Amino acid sequence: MRRRRVKSFALTAFLAIVAIVVLIPFFWMITTSFMKTGESFAYPPVFWPKRFTLEQYAILFKRLHFLRDFLNSFAVASLMTICSLFINSLAGFAFAKYSFKGRKFIFTSFLATMVIPAQVGMLPVFLILRQMGMLNTYWGLILPGAVSAFSIFFFRQYMSTIPTDLIDSARMDGCSDFRIYWQIMLPLAKPALVTLGIFTFLGTWNDFMWPLIVLNRDTMYTLPVALANLMGEHAPDTELMMAGSVVTILPIMVLFLALQKSYMSGLIAGSLKE
Amino acid sequence: MSPWTSVPYVFIAPSLVLLTIFFVIPVVTAFLMSFTDFDIYSLANLSFARFVGMRNYTNLFSDPLFWKAMFNTFYFLVVGAPLTIFVALIAAVLLNSKLVRFKSVLRVGYFAPVVATLVAVSVVWKYIYDPHFGLLNYALGFIGISPHDWLSNPFWAMPAIILFAVWKNFGYTMMIFLAGLQTIPEALYEAAEIDGAGPLQRFWKITVPMLAPTTLFVTVVTLIGYLQLFAEPYIMTGGGPVDSTLSIVLLMYQQGFRYWQMGYAASIAFVLAAVIFIFTMIEMKIQGETKAA
Repeated sequence: MRRRRVKSFALTAFLAIVAIVVLIPFFWMITTSFMKTGESFAYPPVFWPKRFTLEQYAILFKRLHFLRDFLNSFAVASLMTICSLFINSLAGFAFAKYSFKGRKFIFTSFLATMVIPAQVGMLPVFLILRQMGMLNTYWGLILPGAVSAFSIFFFRQYMSTIPTDLIDSARMDGCSDFRIYWQIMLPLAKPALVTLGIFTFLGTWNDFMWPLIVLNRDTMYTLPVALANLMGEHAPDTELMMAGSVVTILPIMVLFLALQKSYMSGLIAGSLKE
Repeated sequence: MSPWTSVPYVFIAPSLVLLTIFFVIPVVTAFLMSFTDFDIYSLANLSFARFVGMRNYTNLFSDPLFWKAMFNTFYFLVVGAPLTIFVALIAAVLLNSKLVRFKSVLRVGYFAPVVATLVAVSVVWKYIYDPHFGLLNYALGFIGISPHDWLSNPFWAMPAIILFAVWKNFGYTMMIFLAGLQTIPEALYEAAEIDGAGPLQRFWKITVPMLAPTTLFVTVVTLIGYLQLFAEPYIMTGGGPVDSTLSIVLLMYQQGFRYWQMGYAASIAFVLAAVIFIFTMIEMKIQGETKAA
């Protein structure tokens, strides 16, 4: 019994040390962001500011328009999440609860698109958006990525488990198909909505390559693009760059911590469905 | 059976339309584009693009930069993917032990890099790799390793990016392995223990084979993800020094969106697609064989 406790302590301690090592970059990023310019140019490296200052954040928000970039990121990720959930759940509902001609073929075609990476079509999508005048717009970022075969699949699986009797009796009461979707299916599919909602929000917030291509006007930049650009101009300002990284990472971390359970269950469900 | 109705078609219409405009048509167009000399002049007027047959592909295959990018990408893949999966497996097995306390806290800690914005953590790690003030050189100093300029050294730049990628991604794979471990019946381990099998033997004889389907899944996901290496070199090295971290997708981006050689870039995109297609086929074949066995 004693030996077991020693072993338990040793193993937990070991894993805790590894976790600390894994998290050091975040810790260093946060403390450095509160230092005054130039303070981190020191050997040995400093892990704690002499005096906490918001100097870097002031530069970011007052001079470098990070509030605007933050709002762009937030708007794009929110709109993308809403559009994507709506479009994909609607399709998932159709595949789960209707039998229609071509259902199997269309569904398989959707799934087949997952094999080809988005980068393959990127050049023509850029040209199409340019033709439509959607470069440098939120819609240019949202529409090309709103449909997700994975989400449709996920919604279909989830909605298949909702009893069809509910739909039938609602239809007897004269409920329209869209109302059945909106008032019965969506509320019952809430766990799936939450899970896919976080996935989509996180994925859009963190996305880099697509915004980099679609946005070339700095008023439209999302945080990752703004940060990458800042790196070009302010690379020597370590403290400023760390503050920029904190602003980019913090919101998404808070969201993840708040909704971790749904996120993790979705992650695992996704892997088991394969 | 309900009578014919247009309702389901209306419900799938939005996704079908968007997918057609922003995926099907672009992929087909990209394929056609890869046989043209589409460049910055064609950007001004589409009719300037001319059909050039296989020229982009022949140029590509005789371009040393393309082979360099292929080599770098596969270097990243062949070293990075097994390393990520190995670290994830060890972390999952240890974390799964009944002896470990504070499991959920540890799990979140290991998972944090997965959620963090790739661009932002790439920025942070660029400073960690700093030759003078970086944390890595400082830490290595304790075990007597002399400082290096990791990202400016053509030999070390790719290993540095690989180390970063392992840190960033192992948490995801670990979670999948943890889920896989739950499906292994406890009785197997108990029986093995009674038969006198040690922990290592139990790991190799039970855990590893029982996790084979999970391992196949994470291998394919990791390989396909790592093939698309882009933001890490874009932020940390710009593809350098001397092209030692130039990846396929970075090359495609530079050719397509910086030099506007879009026909040429499209041929790179299709080489990438072909490689991913081959990986997927191999996965399906292995999966089919294990199911048949």
